[in-house]
Amino acid sequence: MPTYSFEEYTQVTHVMHDDAAVAGKDRHRTIPGDRQPAARPAARPLRKAQRMEQYEPDSLSAAQRAAMRRSLTNGRAALTRRSLLRASGALALGGLAGLSGCGIPPARREGQGPAPTDHSAAEKRVAFSNWTQYIDLSEDEKRRPTLEAFTRRTGIAVTYTEDINDNVEFFGKIKPQLAAGQDTGRDLICVTDWLAARIIRLGWAQKLDPANLPTAYANLAPQFRRPDWDPGRAHSYPWTGISTVIAYNAKATGGRRVDSVTQLLDDPRLKGRVAFLSEMRDTVGMTLLDMGKDPGKVTAADYDAAIGRLRKGVETRQIRRFTGNDYTADLGKGDLAACLAWAGDLIQLQADNPDVKFAIPAAGYLTSTDDLLVPAGARHKTNAERLIDYYYEPPVAARLAAYINYVCPVEGVRGELARIDPAMAANTLILPDRATAAKSHAFRSLDSAEETAFEEKFAKLIGA
Amino acid sequence: MTTATDTPPRAGAAAPAVRRRSARRRLVPYWLLLPGVLWLLVFFALPMVYQASTSVQTGSLEEGFRVTWHFPTYWEALRDYHPQFAKTLLYAGTATLLCLLLGYPLAYLIAFRAGRWRHVLLVLVIAPFFTSFLIRTLAWKTILADGGAVVGALDALHVLDVTGRLGWTEGDRVLATPLAVICGLTYNFLPFMILPLYTSLERIDGRLHEAARDLYASPAATFRKVTLPLSMPGVVSGTLLTFIPASGDYVNAELLGSTDTKMIGNVIQGQFLRVLDYPTAAALSFLLMAVVLVTVTVYIRRAGTEDLV
Repeated sequence: MPTYSFEEYTQVTHVMHDDAAVAGKDRHRTIPGDRQPAARPAARPLRKAQRMEQYEPDSLSAAQRAAMRRSLTNGRAALTRRSLLRASGALALGGLAGLSGCGIPPARREGQGPAPTDHSAAEKRVAFSNWTQYIDLSEDEKRRPTLEAFTRRTGIAVTYTEDINDNVEFFGKIKPQLAAGQDTGRDLICVTDWLAARIIRLGWAQKLDPANLPTAYANLAPQFRRPDWDPGRAHSYPWTGISTVIAYNAKATGGRRVDSVTQLLDDPRLKGRVAFLSEMRDTVGMTLLDMGKDPGKVTAADYDAAIGRLRKGVETRQIRRFTGNDYTADLGKGDLAACLAWAGDLIQLQADNPDVKFAIPAAGYLTSTDDLLVPAGARHKTNAERLIDYYYEPPVAARLAAYINYVCPVEGVRGELARIDPAMAANTLILPDRATAAKSHAFRSLDSAEETAFEEKFAKLIGA
Repeated sequence: MTTATDTPPRAGAAAPAVRRRSARRRLVPYWLLLPGVLWLLVFFALPMVYQASTSVQTGSLEEGFRVTWHFPTYWEALRDYHPQFAKTLLYAGTATLLCLLLGYPLAYLIAFRAGRWRHVLLVLVIAPFFTSFLIRTLAWKTILADGGAVVGALDALHVLDVTGRLGWTEGDRVLATPLAVICGLTYNFLPFMILPLYTSLERIDGRLHEAARDLYASPAATFRKVTLPLSMPGVVSGTLLTFIPASGDYVNAELLGSTDTKMIGNVIQGQFLRVLDYPTAAALSFLLMAVVLVTVTVYIRRAGTEDLV
């Protein structure tokens, strides 16, 4: 039997580490004891030794090991709590000194400034940034037929990049260059109308030359001709129209039809399986329509009322989430029974899952557009204009609409589309008929202060 | 190695050469430090100064922002978003605790019991990193889907009744609840807990365990008196590596959560990108940093370890 108990042995009598005399001896190690020296005064002299408890590889000499240990645990370079805190304190103080030198210059560019030189004639190319899956692909999904035909006809090479996933993120990405008046490397971008309005308002879009856009001017559908944020389409042309409607999974609702925002917000049988969109204008606009208000003339009071109605849905847990494009997967699986949805997605979704249905509310639905813009500083404006004009030729527009299934903003494509697929030409989600178009409403454009106030209220609603 | 042997002995030339050599040698540490210092300066110090400045500015996107030393932004941010701060600490803290409970036995097993499987197991711990963070998080949406096998099993075992009463789940679903967010965080940060734990457990000398046995310590006492104290540095660095990034995470809350499970990262993202209120976003970032620093400091003091590695 050992004379000492395990406790006493580990705390008091174990061998001290002797740095000077280790050479040639076998390793000595200390087993750490209780870490409260105050309670056991005898342990106090051991404190320093207790820190030297790490395993050292045998290949180093005793002196090297001792040096390594010292440097790690009690040298100047030791990474300890104290040194870490001291360092962060110093950093914070140093940082404060440099604060007042900064500032963010006004984003708005006064006047248009000198127009950037157009290199279109010398450089036969154009860089086009678009959303993912927003252009027609060949059967093997390797080529883009309409773009290739454009290059064959005009000799202008198109650098097509699918680098837009989200309006606000894309704005965050291009903002620094545009604010500094630099080229973003993109000659043509495709953003949703409210962001296009903001970019135009800030003076970050180049004015288009109507002489280069004869087809687009002639063929633009009347309902898209007069947006209040870009009179006469001086800076922008729509790539597609977007209809926001209600979608539901018939299997998840037990075969019942869901066709109003009231139902989404109040039907107890849908509780926790309803989603709205994280795009403020779509969600609030649809709610406003349901309340009998016109989103095209929304006032601050109307807006607050709509937010209040949605907040109740959040608080009673009727609303599960506010989603971006990811509602499609949840709706297909039935995790969502009903939600607000973009019509173009629905046509594609229905092809895979016949349970997914859509309904246009009697109160009306919201339309918006994704618009093509030439950002300030772009080097190939004329080439970009020729590309826009090309996509307004009915055969090209029909081919695009048949593939991506969004609302076609071009007049006179019905015949062309019928030749590709008669069912599509009859689909009012792609080519709205008069009765459908009459129910469509657009959210009015907002000025900077309003936009901030509205977005802030909406951000609080969706919890971010 | 000495300069005298590799420079030809020319009268009057040797001494300055030695001096030059030694001067150059003195500079070597600074040259070695340079890349790291530059890196920190450009990617840490400068952005910090910039953000600190933004947080005391006022203005709008169109008129520009100017430094007006408007400190109330901090107070307003805290007043409006303190529930999200509380949720952030709760979710990140719970996830860290779960990581520790799951990770410690695993690291222990790999370090002491795995034998020749040790390296295979370590690779398995790191393997999820070979796929994208987003894909892994999205996989959890499928795993926890309503009416899926996992949720069905939990429901049958009445686990959901318990978690539902605690407010962690809702009815018969897990997705879009706090539990889903915590599961996502735990899963995504588990390797950050296991690796430091493994490192500190692995270098414990097995003979210490033998010694403890020789001294009639029970296995429990051996663990309590030998293994656990020696692995404390690993526990501390593991919890820090898990807690700090978890409290800044917003992907899990965005994809697996719902409106009322949003963490402070989501708020910052929304303020920065959606509302374009850069001062509030910057102030929230600094508040988050302060909250994390205070939490971590208190924790390290309580953990009672002086070493962080």
